[in-house]
Amino acid sequence: MAKQAFHLQDAAPEQDTRANLMHRRKFLAGIGLGVTATAVIAACKKDKDNGNMQPPGSIDLGTGDIGILNYAYALEQLEAAFYTQVALTPYSGATAAEISLLTDIRDHEVAHREFFKTALGAKAIQKLEVNFAAIDFSKRDSVLATAKAFEDLGVSAYNGAGKLLVDANYLLLAGKIVSVEARHAALIRDLISNGTFADNTVIDANGLDLAYEPSKVLDTAKGFLKSQLWGGNLPTS
Amino acid sequence: MNINNILTEIEKVDPEVYERLDGRRSAMKEFMRMSGKIALAAVPFALGGMFKKAYGQTSTGIAGVLNYALTLEYLEAEFYTNGAAAPNLVPAGTPAVGAINTIRDHEKAHVEFLKKALMSLNAVAVNKPTFDFTAGGAFGNVFTNYDTFLAVAQTFEDTGVRAYKGRAGELISNNDVLTAALQIHSVEARHASHIRQMRKARGANLKPWITGNDTGGIGAAVQASYNGEEVTTQAGVNIAGFVSANAASESFDEPLTADQVLAIVKPFIKS
Repeated sequence: MAKQAFHLQDAAPEQDTRANLMHRRKFLAGIGLGVTATAVIAACKKDKDNGNMQPPGSIDLGTGDIGILNYAYALEQLEAAFYTQVALTPYSGATAAEISLLTDIRDHEVAHREFFKTALGAKAIQKLEVNFAAIDFSKRDSVLATAKAFEDLGVSAYNGAGKLLVDANYLLLAGKIVSVEARHAALIRDLISNGTFADNTVIDANGLDLAYEPSKVLDTAKGFLKSQLWGGNLPTS
Repeated sequence: MNINNILTEIEKVDPEVYERLDGRRSAMKEFMRMSGKIALAAVPFALGGMFKKAYGQTSTGIAGVLNYALTLEYLEAEFYTNGAAAPNLVPAGTPAVGAINTIRDHEKAHVEFLKKALMSLNAVAVNKPTFDFTAGGAFGNVFTNYDTFLAVAQTFEDTGVRAYKGRAGELISNNDVLTAALQIHSVEARHASHIRQMRKARGANLKPWITGNDTGGIGAAVQASYNGEEVTTQAGVNIAGFVSANAASESFDEPLTADQVLAIVKPFIKS
């Protein structure tokens, strides 16, 4: 057993092709060399990572807790930009009460954005360029539908990212923000249709809200961004 | 008492028991070493020590948080169940009926979910306490006066949000439990937002979010549920430097400690 392992390790550096790795993997699995086989699988996986390379010109959110905080910062930038425009050019027929609530939400999102920007300091990602071409800011339906999408997405993003944080202090901060996003989500939904604040499109049979992985959230967010975000270095568990 | 049989039984419900210990052989060896030295009467303690080693570090703390959450969900579930069933309380034929039923169903689902979660951790779920929703008379008409009912509902929801937030950090070692707790936490916030809108529609002066430490006109009886919400600095960053002080306080919900929450709900628990 030791001899075989030595032999294979010896051969590895000069013939490190995928076909060879697969062949060796099969061979090793056949003779039950668990540990070495795992190492080979890891090598294959590393090979695969080439498909997860950062696209040119994209913004790398980073690694670890800082990566997750930048991910949150990116979403808050998106929300703040949206509500800033909403407050600047309210949709036609907006009531005074609606404008007041939407202005509050703008302030909250600006507060979140500036908080992350300040707290992250030199580690913060750059200012993002948004793409709101699909939104008709003059129409109530268009604005509120987008707001609903952003708020539910924000809640699901924070809920899904909590487990990716290592530092409990960051978890608490994320927790302080997500419940405010959930308050927004409920209000926006009620403005669209009273009573939909927590309907079964977001809450499951166990009474649990949405929780999405960053990859899914980033995929949805990209439709509203000119800047391209890349989360390939974010933690996954 | 046959340790081998006991471990075999445990293995049936928890195939990973030996991984939680140091493997089967060393668990047996350890037990034999102990049981050789100790009197038979002490065997249960030795077993207890083993179980603590196997499950203690991973589930005792987490089970404690889940039971804490379960107690709050029992409170909310029974509150809305009683409210929905109280004659002439929630105005018939209005959207309020659907909203209260939705919230009631979520709270009941949370109770069942937390019980299941505790069971899956081999922990015992606490029993439902006996509640007094009048809080010793402070809210004597809670199930006959709709505005009182909504006021108590708002306090329970806002407190629930703060309670989950205050203890999420203790779940950080268990990704599944943490995520589930966060998923409940945001549902409570959605409820709070809606209940506040319901109160606003009845003339109360408040928003879906908490401004400063304002109770939304409910008054001193619930002030403890709002104290601390007025902060405008987060992690050393002055949020009031970016937006108004009111918006700064609204944009972050604050946690409550277990002691603070227990003091808040104590008047509602008879036994």
